[in-house]
Amino acid sequence: MVNAIYAMKNYPIMMVNAFVSPLAFLIVLTLVSRGALFGVAVIGGLIMALTSSGLSLQGDLVHFKVDFKLQDMVVSSPTTAFIYLFGMAISELIYYLPGIAVLLAMAFINLKFGLFPTLQVTGAMILMFVLATALGFMLSTHISDIMESWAVTGVVSILLSTIPPVYYPITYIPLPYRYAAYLSPTTYAAQIAQQAMGYIHFPQVTIDIDWIVLIGVSVVLLLISVKKTRWREI
Amino acid sequence: MNGRLECNSIIKQYKDGRTALKSVTFDIKLSGIFALIGRNGAGKTTLVRILATELLPTSGMASLDGNDIIRDAKNVREIMAIVPQEARPIQWMTPRQTIISSLLWRGFGYGDSRKRADDVLDQFGLTGYKDKPNRFLSGGIKRKMLVATALASEARIIFLDEPTTGLDPISRKELWDVLNEQKKKRFIFLTTHYLEEAEALADSIGILENGELLAIGTMEELRSKVRYPYTVRVNGGMDLTSIAGVVIQENGGYQQIMTSKEEAYSISKRLIQNGVTFSISPVSLNDIFFFFAKRRVDGEKE
Repeated sequence: MVNAIYAMKNYPIMMVNAFVSPLAFLIVLTLVSRGALFGVAVIGGLIMALTSSGLSLQGDLVHFKVDFKLQDMVVSSPTTAFIYLFGMAISELIYYLPGIAVLLAMAFINLKFGLFPTLQVTGAMILMFVLATALGFMLSTHISDIMESWAVTGVVSILLSTIPPVYYPITYIPLPYRYAAYLSPTTYAAQIAQQAMGYIHFPQVTIDIDWIVLIGVSVVLLLISVKKTRWREI
Repeated sequence: MNGRLECNSIIKQYKDGRTALKSVTFDIKLSGIFALIGRNGAGKTTLVRILATELLPTSGMASLDGNDIIRDAKNVREIMAIVPQEARPIQWMTPRQTIISSLLWRGFGYGDSRKRADDVLDQFGLTGYKDKPNRFLSGGIKRKMLVATALASEARIIFLDEPTTGLDPISRKELWDVLNEQKKKRFIFLTTHYLEEAEALADSIGILENGELLAIGTMEELRSKVRYPYTVRVNGGMDLTSIAGVVIQENGGYQQIMTSKEEAYSISKRLIQNGVTFSISPVSLNDIFFFFAKRRVDGEKE
């Protein structure tokens, strides 16, 4: 955590960078939809912020591993892979907290929703963060060049938080193309949150399946990232 | 600490088929400074990374203070710290922040980490730099700070992989002073390709060449392993090939021969009579290294 605080203290622009993309998408979508998609865009912004946090973790970890040999020093210390993952994930989240706070403030001021939908959205966002963090960590241990890392971040970020129905309801995608959106785990999180906020109306069984898939993918990725990650090299 | 570092038939073959270590075996006491010398690509970093539990060996075993590096990696990691080759401090952090962060990773509390960071920076004479971002520090200060980071943890075993590479002579000497002080309290495993560094710092030395450990021991033990204990350096003007010994290098018009005490004495007399400039001394680590490296090359040719 102190890593992020030290970083933001030394380079305040890092904090701005963390929330400029979600905020930009939010503004564009709100303007284009004349305010109709504001709520959906706030959810999209939250999903993008948390996904970006996990994917930025990948970039930072590769940077620390390759350029500073930090991972070598950590591997040769009492710190376990899980503690390193957890610590760095929290550190990344710190960068995004100001942006998330802005999005939440906008949601609370402009939208009306009850306790249960709030809990559902929070749960989906936490799972999104776990999933993206695990994915970012796993990728980082297999990438050995910062240039490759930047490319991976760019591609995965677009595949997870720009193209899928994160900033717009999935019902905007015509069938049968809609099914392709389910290849991205962010679709399930967005669908849960959009349903909770009343922007889409799917049968409860669909939402239950969303939860099962989201929890399953998060747990599996977390286990893989801790157990099968390239920590001690072979 | 009275433990030992035991390395038994360590072999490391990378996926690309390159064999970095060819059955390395040694057993040393975990005290003072052990220097592993060798040329670039000799396998020094691979061995350090295996011992520091970063890399798995293809076969063989090693233990530190009785802890197997594979089976008991957790215990090994509790008692050691490493400064890898080419490690750099994070640019936007200050030395104080770097050390605090490293200690937090190792499980120290924040208050304790701050105190330890201040203490170690003071001990290393770095207090004046503690709040300056790392990107503004010189290479020597950065290196000293990384070593300080490893030592702040109070790990009993410290691996330093080529810690002085690229440093100017004064910075190098300053780091040597720090290591000489620290070796009283912990075991330092140092790799270097600066032979004078190993000779100046190490209590025992290993010579690694092309993945093979050619020799190991104190300077005296290494001297006793070479056939000729004296070296004569001649400023040209004399044919040394007729003398019993090993001509090990010829640089800048100089000729150098490792030879016996009797031959060294005899040559000295002849050189004085002929008015040739020369120097005579016991063999240095430089000479020993070239002796073993040359013998290995000659052996391969045969």
